[in-house]
Amino acid sequence: MTGGLPMSPNAEGIVPTASFAALLEQHDLTPSWEVASGSLDAPEATTILALRWADGIVMAGDRRATAGNVIAHRRVKKVYPADDRSAVAISGTAGMAIELTTLFQTELEHYEKIEGMRLSLDGKANFLARMVRGNLALAFQGLIVVPLFCGYDEQEQKGKLYSYDVVGGRYEEQDYATTGSGGNEARAFLKAEWREDMGEADAIRVALEALIAASEEDAATGGPDPKRGIYPNVVTVTDQGYREVADDELEPIAAAALERRP
Amino acid sequence: MTAPFYVPPEQLIKDRAEFAKKGIQRGRPIAVVEYDEGILLIGENPSRSLHKIGEIYDRVAFAGVGRFNEFETLRVAGIRYADVKGYTYARADVTGKGLANAYSQAVGQIFTHEVKPYEVEVLVAELGNDENHLYHVRFDGTLRDQHGFAMLGGDEDRLFEPLTAGWRSGMSLEDAIALTTSAIRDTADESTPGADWEAAVLDRTLGRRKFRRLETAEIEAAG
Repeated sequence: MTGGLPMSPNAEGIVPTASFAALLEQHDLTPSWEVASGSLDAPEATTILALRWADGIVMAGDRRATAGNVIAHRRVKKVYPADDRSAVAISGTAGMAIELTTLFQTELEHYEKIEGMRLSLDGKANFLARMVRGNLALAFQGLIVVPLFCGYDEQEQKGKLYSYDVVGGRYEEQDYATTGSGGNEARAFLKAEWREDMGEADAIRVALEALIAASEEDAATGGPDPKRGIYPNVVTVTDQGYREVADDELEPIAAAALERRP
Repeated sequence: MTAPFYVPPEQLIKDRAEFAKKGIQRGRPIAVVEYDEGILLIGENPSRSLHKIGEIYDRVAFAGVGRFNEFETLRVAGIRYADVKGYTYARADVTGKGLANAYSQAVGQIFTHEVKPYEVEVLVAELGNDENHLYHVRFDGTLRDQHGFAMLGGDEDRLFEPLTAGWRSGMSLEDAIALTTSAIRDTADESTPGADWEAAVLDRTLGRRKFRRLETAEIEAAG
């Protein structure tokens, strides 16, 4: 190594360029959490969901993080762009999940810059599975990270979504997926309301209503809070790329949805 | 037992420099010029996929001339350097200066210590909020910070004159493309058609990642 520049390995054998994660490992920079025993109340991010509509995917998450029975944060962001054509949402131990997201984003951009092209959507989903799997030991200590992933597949020209389990199992979902503490409630709502080929406006409305339904039954899920101006994170991913739906746009939809609730 | 021949350091450096220079001059040059909304990097390249110009980080771009495998090693090392630094600290902490220094150290080390010096010159372009930086690293590790425009490789001296005469601060992208393409063409004896241009910009009007490759049509329309 010269001048602090990580030069690429010489022809030890022709292997793919080391991933960003491997690079961090080389430099002893991999984020790690070591837990001895006992339990701790680290803030947890809760309900997230994704659903397919005519042109792509809508992904949404509430804004609440809880530590035990305390509301730890009211404005946590749980839905992030993974790159220009995909999004990732997180549930579970918030601090770890956010770090995992940053690492995932960096990995995708790193690959894209080095190779001159983006990873395929399946490639991204598989890499995320590997990252979740890497956390398995911590999951036994109660520090669980479970993401949802979605994106626009440029080869197949359609939106796709993936759910994960705690051991890094990766499942491609057809219509919708939810996870987190309010996930069951949100899934029940989506099961009743999801329609094939919904338009964008409908998809955003259904996503928002599913989160409201979850917040009514699950104390760890926060609904829209017009008084404080807190609205869920809602994003869309289409062939036009990743778009965050602005709070101004969500406000009337949330108001109407709250009005309609029984 | 035979004693090794004594070679004076002056002679050693001179020989190595001549060797590297010869290798670099064989290739086609790249011009880098500032325009009103950013920085243009442009050169001739017969390949559509083996790039000489690349993205390093949000506001930092790379251009290399000479031996492809050698500047490609530097490009990849630069991306690794930038991504590790940006991940460890913050995105704003990745600067062209830091990277140019690292390149200068690495290339300088190779020039004096390795069996064969690198036959490359690289340029690190950094788009600033009010001031841009063009860091030019030569085959021996010499580092220069240039303003307005820079050129590397090929017959540099023949590019210097038209760029000095034609470059204006605050010129448009179209003018910058027209100026650089005609200047580069003039240094070539056998002129090549427009499909062989490779160009990219660091564009201030873009979002977080300022790097964008230019389409052939865009270059042809302006040139």
